[in-house]
Amino acid sequence: MTQAMERREGADAPDVNGPHRSSSNLLIDFWRSAVGKKWVMALSGVGLMGFVFAHMFGNLKMFMGRTAFDAYAEGLRSLLYPIMPHGWVLWAMRIGLIAMFAAHIVSAAQLTAMNRRARPIRYQSPRDYIAANFAARTMRWTGIIVALYLLYHLADLTWGWVNPDFVHGAAYDNLVASLSVPYVAAIYLVGNIALGIHLFHGAWSMFQSMGINSPRYNGARKAFAAGFVVVTIGMNCVFVVAILTGFVGS
Amino acid sequence: MNDTPGTDSPTTSGAGSTGTAAAAPASHANMLNLKLKVWRQAGPDVHGHFEDYTTTVADDASFLEMLDYVNEDLIRKGDEPISFDHDCREGICGTCGVMIDGQAHGPQKGTATCQLHMRKFNDGDEITIEPWRAAGFPIIKDLVVNRAAFDRIVEAGGYITVNTGAAPDANEIPVPKEASDSAMDAAACIGCGACVAACPNSAANLFTSAKINHLNLLPQGQAERYTRTEAMVETMEEYFGSCTNYGECQEACPKEISIDFIAMMNRDYAKSKLMNLRRLGQKKIG
Repeated sequence: MTQAMERREGADAPDVNGPHRSSSNLLIDFWRSAVGKKWVMALSGVGLMGFVFAHMFGNLKMFMGRTAFDAYAEGLRSLLYPIMPHGWVLWAMRIGLIAMFAAHIVSAAQLTAMNRRARPIRYQSPRDYIAANFAARTMRWTGIIVALYLLYHLADLTWGWVNPDFVHGAAYDNLVASLSVPYVAAIYLVGNIALGIHLFHGAWSMFQSMGINSPRYNGARKAFAAGFVVVTIGMNCVFVVAILTGFVGS
Repeated sequence: MNDTPGTDSPTTSGAGSTGTAAAAPASHANMLNLKLKVWRQAGPDVHGHFEDYTTTVADDASFLEMLDYVNEDLIRKGDEPISFDHDCREGICGTCGVMIDGQAHGPQKGTATCQLHMRKFNDGDEITIEPWRAAGFPIIKDLVVNRAAFDRIVEAGGYITVNTGAAPDANEIPVPKEASDSAMDAAACIGCGACVAACPNSAANLFTSAKINHLNLLPQGQAERYTRTEAMVETMEEYFGSCTNYGECQEACPKEISIDFIAMMNRDYAKSKLMNLRRLGQKKIG
């Protein structure tokens, strides 16, 4: 004898995100989960951090003068030459960077949409956060600021659209002409500070997303993030100030 | 309806037996006059609002006892009492839980709402009480939410398969002390939902990772380790948001469960996608 189960209204678990759509393709299946998208964010973040560090390191040549800096800029086009044809490695890196940016931004957007769905009605009284710091809570905004700054930076020093004195190939003169203008320097500082705040959380958070966690080195994860920001973003800000004050210039 | 004059309060007038009991040890308990803002919502699909109440309560009362006094008063006046979830009232069942002044389970670390005492508050305080807010936890009434989504997650893989029969010999399977300690820390989860409530994304990763890892850490949990992780993570994602490593959940957790378990879950989930494929050497079926 079975007793009919009568379900009270609202007694069932609600439908929020819908079931996981599995795929026989390993990577697509992984991508369709939120944990998988966090892996994508972390891995693309590692690649982009490597770029930010290499970009900072290359720019140190500006302290060695015009010849060294222009040779570095031109040398990027002939990386691995003569094994690879002229310019190929640079384009391969550019395509890789664009792919990583796309993966980072698309997964961030999809996860944000998922998180909005997960709390359609927000708390009606003020929240009292204990652990969530400013950097963690502003990731979406600092990310958008960095993306806009990046477009400006490309328009300024790669394409020369917003730099009236732009001369193709004269990397050092273009850089100095651009950053000697106070409002341009301010844009560069704002963009870099936003990136620094973004990385202060991101460069720690990526370890957690990829399950890199052990009592033996957990303390070093946040120290790494802070150190990376101080060294890389700090140096980027030094570049801007050095040019603005005429320390680096013709 | 909202205002409770101090003289009418059961804690001061001694009108009810429970009320007198709380007021009796007044020799060493201070009385607190409190203003409450409590979320009132008649049912799942109706609009709710904050309602103001005042009460006087001894500072050795628990938070839920304080709500009991308010409710006795409401019942006496013929009003609808405030609905809130509670059961054991000793911090082990995970039934109670509300947002108190914007913090899950209130201002005291490592305790559920029932173990929070009024001595944590001061005379004249205004206390705001709100239910957990998450799409995965729809409000049933007032401060009561439906946590059936947690049951769905556990059903998806929160078990091990054993042969029934005679009880196995004790200590038959060696378990490293560290593994058993860590598994016990994960198993401390009482499923109250504070992690979801505290998370700015309404993610349930702390709950799910605790439920996964208290089995994954032990030898008995190895056979189903990767199918469990895959199924429980994907069921979790049907109902809740995603983790952005804020760390709010481990601060709110009444059992102080660590977000280390979330990292372990993330690692095992990635492995599960490889491990749950056909194993090496296995003949193709069909």
